[in-house]
Amino acid sequence: MRENYPLTTDNDGKSVWKFLRDEFKPKGKLFTPFNIISVPVIILGIILIVIRFWKGIGAITNLTQEVPWGLWIGFDVVTGVAFAGGAYVLTFMVYILNMKKYHSIVRVTVLNGFLAYVFYAGALLLDLGRPWNVINPIIGNNFGVNSVLFLVAWHFLLYMIAQLIEFSPAIAEWLGARRIHKILSGMTIAAVIFGITLSTLHQSGLGALYLMAKEKIHPLWYSEFIPIMFFVSSIFAGLSMVIFEGTITHKVFFKQISEKNHHAQNGIILGLSKICAGTMFAYFFLQLLVFIHDKHWDLLNTPMGYWYLLEMLGFVFLPMILFYYSYRRNNVLLIRIAAIVTMLGVILNRLNVTVIGFRWDAAIRYVPSWMEFVVTLTVIFTEIWIFRWVINRMPVLRDSPSWAKEDN
Amino acid sequence: MTINRRKFFKVLGVTGAALTIGRELKAAPTGKADIEFRGVLYDSARCKGCHGCEYDCADANNLPVPEPAKNMAPVRKTSETKRTVVNEYNTSKGKVFVKMQCMHCNEPACVAACLTQAMHKTQAGPVIWRGEKCMGCRYCMVSCPFDIPKFEFHSPNPKIQKCDMCYNRLKTGEMPACAANCPNDALFYGTRRQLMSEARKRIVENPKLYVDYLYGEHEAGGTCWMYLSPVPFKELGMKTNIQKASYPALTKGFLYGVPTIFVLFPALLLGIQQATKKDNETGEE
Ligand code: SF4
Ligand code: SF4
Repeated sequence: MRENYPLTTDNDGKSVWKFLRDEFKPKGKLFTPFNIISVPVIILGIILIVIRFWKGIGAITNLTQEVPWGLWIGFDVVTGVAFAGGAYVLTFMVYILNMKKYHSIVRVTVLNGFLAYVFYAGALLLDLGRPWNVINPIIGNNFGVNSVLFLVAWHFLLYMIAQLIEFSPAIAEWLGARRIHKILSGMTIAAVIFGITLSTLHQSGLGALYLMAKEKIHPLWYSEFIPIMFFVSSIFAGLSMVIFEGTITHKVFFKQISEKNHHAQNGIILGLSKICAGTMFAYFFLQLLVFIHDKHWDLLNTPMGYWYLLEMLGFVFLPMILFYYSYRRNNVLLIRIAAIVTMLGVILNRLNVTVIGFRWDAAIRYVPSWMEFVVTLTVIFTEIWIFRWVINRMPVLRDSPSWAKEDN
Repeated sequence: MTINRRKFFKVLGVTGAALTIGRELKAAPTGKADIEFRGVLYDSARCKGCHGCEYDCADANNLPVPEPAKNMAPVRKTSETKRTVVNEYNTSKGKVFVKMQCMHCNEPACVAACLTQAMHKTQAGPVIWRGEKCMGCRYCMVSCPFDIPKFEFHSPNPKIQKCDMCYNRLKTGEMPACAANCPNDALFYGTRRQLMSEARKRIVENPKLYVDYLYGEHEAGGTCWMYLSPVPFKELGMKTNIQKASYPALTKGFLYGVPTIFVLFPALLLGIQQATKKDNETGEE
């Protein structure tokens, strides 16, 4: 444990720089399997991104005039943001419902959510043909207030700020800035409330983006309730991600986590699995209602229909039962499996709405190019790098310094 | 935990309620349809498929000159270099031609989609694209039910290409280039009202020639570009699954729900937070 806090112990400026310089040096081994895989991918990805800005989006993507949004929007943005939903659900549970049990994982979840927004929503910039005009809807000379995308973009931006505030006490603890820490901690509840409101709206807003594409999305996936579906599924998508991510961080950053929190882990996972099962039940039921209401029975016996059934039964109903069963049986391993199946199901669902079911009838189907996949991986890997960098420095997984406790 | 879950679903319920309240509002008229938009009536019964309008369009909009007519495939799509195409179909009444371009909807999905107001419905009727505002997100393409906006995927400074009804010519009192030059009088330019009465007149005077349907009168809530045809529109490769109501109305319900949630949620959340604060044990099973 580091014991000197430069901003408080020594304020003549010098040691702050020295502190930051030390902190920016890499920590840990350089040749881990993750590094060996991720570095070449990131380098290749950066080259591709340069080509994209130099020759146009078509140079590295397979997008067509009929399918103008592909993997980068459908996966990076729409799916990535769903997975980042864990942050608003957990802050809701911990700060609003006062479920103290989950407190130890709030920080890491918020950090994950924040980075996901920065990178996945940031991937949106790669997809903009004329990114230099992105400033227009922000500085307010051109407010397209009737646009769902306008709403979603603004909410992304505001939510990132809210999340940064929620996370900022950790940064203050890292820097040892006690006075600021107190102020920032005091802002948490307001940021949480604002953040949950924003999340509800843009999680559903991502679904609402596709409302006008009424005839373009396969009828089994299109309904006027897409926004509600996206919102409800973001709850268990986010929590499954929390379970999954927790499993990994507890292995990788084993040393940082206190004995007490290691023991609490299983209880947390059990609790989350119960919530997942509950929300998935609500989701499954909603989907069923929509299906019965829209009367698409005839479509079930088509290839797309089988695909739909696979998603609903194999990737919603099955993991829902798994969550419930393993919760009753206290089986943490099974819960982790259920979380992974659920995540696959959410990916499937988002891609079905945005890519696979979008223009399913087009003569030329859009299939992402390998370069689109590489850029997507680049985004994910870079995010993990930053995540690891922060975890190794700031008190995210490890306990806060004792002086910070009284502010919380 | 039971209490928590109940609260949780209460929150969900409010979302749902807000969304449904919003949905009731969507029928509210926007008044836009009453403005005298200008448009063009295209008559496939008169069109001889000379493709002249394609050349006139390219000329008026600085687009590459289309290939010679004899090399053209019978059915093509508009593209980033072709704002309009004339297609040829073998129908129940023999060869029939049909011209495709932006429909200039009364309540355009592309305009509602655009977050920078780059897509703009002018008072005169044309829907225009303004490059200095556009950020190239292509949401207009996702939303347009007619698949009209086209994007220059292979340019570092890409533009959205679509018919703008020759807005610059209209401003100087001229007609759209295609309508001005059609040798067969297949394109009739006027106010939407004039187009409708002209179309009715043609159908009444020649009921054997036309199917009794004016495409664009109600499609997507009404469009400024309208079509007469001797055969059912399905045979001309035209989209017949377009809803009759306006497309932006599909998202209005959601958008109206937003302020409701913004007011209700923070209050609700703060209330719950205060209520649970005293009882720190709620987190335990
Ligand atoms: S046809 Fe498409 S591009 Fe043209 S005005 Fe209507 S929605 Fe916009
Ligand atoms: S691509 Fe341009 S015109 Fe189309 S919605 Fe985006 S900003 Fe508007």
